[in-house]
Amino acid sequence: MVAFPLVTVAFAIETVDLTKDYSVGFWRKRPRRALDRLSLQVERGEVFGFLGPNGAGKTTTLKLLLQLVFPTAGRAQLLGCPLGDPAAKRRLGYLPEQPYFYDYLSAEELMDYFGGLFGLGLSERRRRTNALLDEVGIGAERRLQLRKFSKGMLQRVGIAQALLNEPELVILDEPMSGLDPLGRRDVRGLILRLRDRGCTVFFSSHVLSDAETLCSKVAILAKGCLVASGRLSDMLALQVRGWELVVADTPDALVAALGTRATRVVRIGEGRFSLELPLGAPPERMVAELAAAGAKLVSLTPLHETLEDFFVQRVGEGT
Amino acid sequence: MTSLGWIAVNGFRESVRDKVLYNLVAFAILLMGASLVLGQLTAGQDLKIIKDLGLSAMSIFGLFIAVFIGIGLVFKEVERRSIYNLLSKPIRRHEVVVGKYAGLVLTLTVNIVIMTVALYAVLAYVAWGENEFARQARETPALDPALLKAIALLLVQLMVVTAIALFFSTFSTPILSAALTFGVYVAGYFSADLRNIDQVVDSRLTQTLARGLYYTLPNLAPFDVASQAVHGLPITAGYMAVTIAYAIVYIAILLVAGSAVFSRREFK
Ligand SMILES: Nc1ncnc2c1ncn2[C@@H]1O[C@H](COP(=O)(O)OP(=O)(O)OP(=O)(O)O)[C@@H](O)[C@H]1O
Ligand SMILES: [Mg+2]
Repeated sequence: MVAFPLVTVAFAIETVDLTKDYSVGFWRKRPRRALDRLSLQVERGEVFGFLGPNGAGKTTTLKLLLQLVFPTAGRAQLLGCPLGDPAAKRRLGYLPEQPYFYDYLSAEELMDYFGGLFGLGLSERRRRTNALLDEVGIGAERRLQLRKFSKGMLQRVGIAQALLNEPELVILDEPMSGLDPLGRRDVRGLILRLRDRGCTVFFSSHVLSDAETLCSKVAILAKGCLVASGRLSDMLALQVRGWELVVADTPDALVAALGTRATRVVRIGEGRFSLELPLGAPPERMVAELAAAGAKLVSLTPLHETLEDFFVQRVGEGT
Repeated sequence: MTSLGWIAVNGFRESVRDKVLYNLVAFAILLMGASLVLGQLTAGQDLKIIKDLGLSAMSIFGLFIAVFIGIGLVFKEVERRSIYNLLSKPIRRHEVVVGKYAGLVLTLTVNIVIMTVALYAVLAYVAWGENEFARQARETPALDPALLKAIALLLVQLMVVTAIALFFSTFSTPILSAALTFGVYVAGYFSADLRNIDQVVDSRLTQTLARGLYYTLPNLAPFDVASQAVHGLPITAGYMAVTIAYAIVYIAILLVAGSAVFSRREFK
């Protein structure tokens, strides 16, 4: 008889009905719901995008996970440990929104301090400090006091300090904010390297294209409620919403004759057109017709729904 | 080094880079100048005056350091949101409170040591210029080691004040914390009087209230033995031990209470 091992799927992050009310008002305190019964599971090794418009409750969720605020209801686990367990924090990295550090320390001293809190020895602290600051592109400025750092430089230091303990899970609150295009590219590369190392990356973002290129799964939050969550490919890839046909050497009259069969016509140049075809009409017939009339086919591409379309649609529904 | 040690050292580094220390060196120089002038005005009494002035100045400046650094360290961390990062590290919240306290005590100790050295330097300078008549006339040595006892108790008293400031700062703003701490400091000097209040007023409510205050407020007067030290009166080891033990208990209670408050705080 084969004894099946008892497999327990420990999620990197698991929340169950996580709810947070902030109390607002000066004299008469009344609750204001920032997060409403969020149930989310992030598997290990995933890059998970946590999306939503301003004020959706993303930062609130991350703060709840880090125990910076306490839940009104519900519960959550990080790496199989209950919230607040130092054992989990040992294996975790966190970048807060708009990070701020002690401005009287240099970047190096800050990394050394935090390395010390992780119980790293001197040589290990030195090694990781240098490697990580190199990785996020902080050069000789690392000797400078942090009060002299720009916003983007602080963001980079923030990312470096989140990786000091070689974490199994990193939680990043808008890692791309404040970064220049090169910085964004660097961070994208970094996130992919972390994933290849087996690290789970959970990040909030407004930049949907980043989420689209990086994440295997996303969750979309609006007004504190989860409006969609799952594999990006499931959400988007199946939803082809039409075709884009590019043709050359095509007489204007021929295109004009198409009428409503093309939903959008853009004249790119002399005899060159980009035509958008609706999903219902099979593009093969039109290609054949145009070719018969002397047009040359340049390209035919299916138009997928982008994350942005999806986002706008779902968030719109939610409001 | 433990997490607590790291937090303490960083707290110390923060206050040192806050340039408080340099202000104190300035104070020490000021003290020297002032006491030398005073010494010329009051022949024969100059050493006593310098000792008195030095200990008082130490007490006042120490109080300012204790309060103004004590109220700031935790507040700044929260206000500037550096606490978000700190708390994401594998530490517990009470370690932040106790670590910050240890850092403050370190700062305070270093400052008191510097002021003590300055005071003894001035005393040595004046004693060196003293004539034979004055040397015969005074009843305590110029570099009296009894002063160290008074300074030690002063340091312990300031440690209590620091714990009070830190406690208030775990839940209130710096200005309010400073006001409350100064209030408690002043009340702490008179708290012994509260015990005798039933001989002065008849109201039972007032008496109960006064008794309650007597037991909650720190009794700070016993730590002040400056005049005994200056006038060569004995300060026994037993007295020192009891006073220090009282301080330890009081500080421990404040740190536990401060940690409890801080552990329940939300950082919105
Ligand atoms: N300290 C607070 N007190 C009261 N309400 C708060 C507080 N912090 C956040 N909120 C409310 O909670 C909701 C969620 O805020 P949160 O910061 O989580 O949004 P977010 O998704 O991170 O937004 P953004 O993309 O702008 O960073 C908002 O409606 C906000 O007004
Ligand atoms: Mg946010």
